[in-house]
Amino acid sequence: MIKTTKFTEIHKSLNAKMVEFAGFTMPIQYPGGIIHEHNIIREKVGIFDVSHMGEFEVKGPQALDYVQKITTNDASKLTIGAVQYSAMCYQDGGIVDDLLVYKIADDEFMLVVNGANIDKDWQWCVDNKAGFDITLKNSSDVISLLALQGPFSRDTLSKLTDSDISEENQKFYSYQMGKVAGVDMIISRTGYTGELGFELYFGGDENTAKKVWDALMDAGKEYGIEAVGLGCRDTLRLEKGYCLYGNDIDNTTNTIEAGLGWITKINKGDFNGKEVILKVKENKPSRHLVGFVVAADKFIPRHGYEIFSGDTQIGHVTSGNLSPTLNKPIGMGYVSPEFREAGSSIEIAARGKRFPAEVIKMPFL
Amino acid sequence: MNFPENLKYTEDHEWVKLEGNIGTIGVTDHAQGELGDIVYIDIPEPDATVNAGDSFGTIEAVKTVAEMYAPVSGKLVEVNSALNDAPETVNADPYGEGWIVKIELSNLAELDKLMDAAAYKAKLGH
Repeated sequence: MIKTTKFTEIHKSLNAKMVEFAGFTMPIQYPGGIIHEHNIIREKVGIFDVSHMGEFEVKGPQALDYVQKITTNDASKLTIGAVQYSAMCYQDGGIVDDLLVYKIADDEFMLVVNGANIDKDWQWCVDNKAGFDITLKNSSDVISLLALQGPFSRDTLSKLTDSDISEENQKFYSYQMGKVAGVDMIISRTGYTGELGFELYFGGDENTAKKVWDALMDAGKEYGIEAVGLGCRDTLRLEKGYCLYGNDIDNTTNTIEAGLGWITKINKGDFNGKEVILKVKENKPSRHLVGFVVAADKFIPRHGYEIFSGDTQIGHVTSGNLSPTLNKPIGMGYVSPEFREAGSSIEIAARGKRFPAEVIKMPFL
Repeated sequence: MNFPENLKYTEDHEWVKLEGNIGTIGVTDHAQGELGDIVYIDIPEPDATVNAGDSFGTIEAVKTVAEMYAPVSGKLVEVNSALNDAPETVNADPYGEGWIVKIELSNLAELDKLMDAAAYKAKLGH
C-alpha cells in the first residue's frame, strides 16, 4: 500500500506530478517544473514536503552510549539544541544510512533517517539495542516535516513565530522548540539545499498540516514563495556535493571513500564498523567519490554510467544532472585514487560513446 | 492533453506530419510532459539515412534521458537547429515550433502502420 503524507491532498490540488518514492506518493514537481523550482530555492523561498523522512526517538540513561555505538560522528560533542550530520555503518563498514542526530535532552536523542530506509534502519536500531538501557520509538508515521528553504526563508518564518530565529540566536545545525502559526514544533536550521533554510517537525492531523502550510504560503507570498518538489531537491543537493543514499553511498561504500571522513570520529570510542574503517584509513581507500564537470556538449551523466581513462574502466557515476545554476552538466562518481585530484581527465561512457569530463573539487557551487 | 487529428503517432510517443513526401517529426505532448524540463536535444546532421525504428537522437531532460526512434525510413533533410539554443520549445509547443527533424520518406506505406489520433489517445487511456 502506498503511503500518503498529511499534505498529499494539497499537492494534488496544486497539480503536482506525483510519483512513488520511498513507499510514499510524493510530489516530484509542480507545474512550474524542476528548473523553475530550483531557481525559486536559490533566489527566493520554497516549501518541500519531506514527511516521508523517518524519525526515531532514543530515550534512557544510556541514550548517548547507544547513539555513539550506532553512529560514526561524535554525539558526545552535541549540546541540547544542537544537530549533527552522521552515518550508521554495518560492522563491515558499509553504510546503513546517513542521518541527522538531534540532542533533545541529556538522556534523549532524535534520529532523522531517509524515508526509503525507515524499515531497514528501524530493524538495525532494534537489533543494536541489546545491552543498552534505552527505549526506542519510531515516530515516522506521526511526524510531519516541511523544509522551508531559500534566502527569504527566515523572513517568511519570522512572521509566524515568537521564537528568536535570528542568525545570532540560531546558527546552522541547531534547533529550538517553538510555535509556528500556533503549532508546537521543532524549528531546525537545517536543510539539503545549501541555502538558508529551516526544517519544521510537528505532529497533528491534516487540519494542522494545512494550517501550517497555508500560513507559510501566506507569509512567504511577498517573497514569491512556491511549493517545490523532490526533483529540484536532487539538483540542489548535487550542486552542493551532498551525498544521496542509494546513489552516492550505500551498503557497499564506506564513509572514508565517500568523503565522509569528517563525520567519522575514530577516536571517540567503539562504534559499528570502526575496525574496518580504521583499516581503510590505514591502507588508503581503493576509490574516492569525486565531483566532475562534463566538457562534452549535450550530455548529462546519470547514475550507473561507467567512467573510463583510455581503455580502462576506472569507476562509475553515482549522480549526475544539468546544474541549473551553472548551466553545465555535473556529476559525482567513484574513481581510482590516481584520478581523484582536481584537474584529472576522465571519460563518461554512455550509448556507445565517450564524453570527456574533468574532476573538480566539490562543492560545484 | 492535446492530440492533433492530422498527425500519425508511434508507440514511442513520436508524431509525424506528412506534407508531400516529407514527414515532420516531433515528440508528443504526453512525451514532453513525462520528460519534464528538456535541456538538450542531440540529433544528427542532415543527409543521414534512418530506418524506421532506429534511434536517431536523444532528448536529455533534467529528470531522465530518452532516445528518439525514427517513425519512418528515409533521409534526414532538415533538423530544427533552433532547438540547440531553446530546447524548452519542445515542452512549450511540441506539435509546432518544437518539431525536431524532417525526413524524406522512402516508403509512404510505413505511415499506415502508425496510429491515428484516436488510437494514440486510447493507448494513453484518455
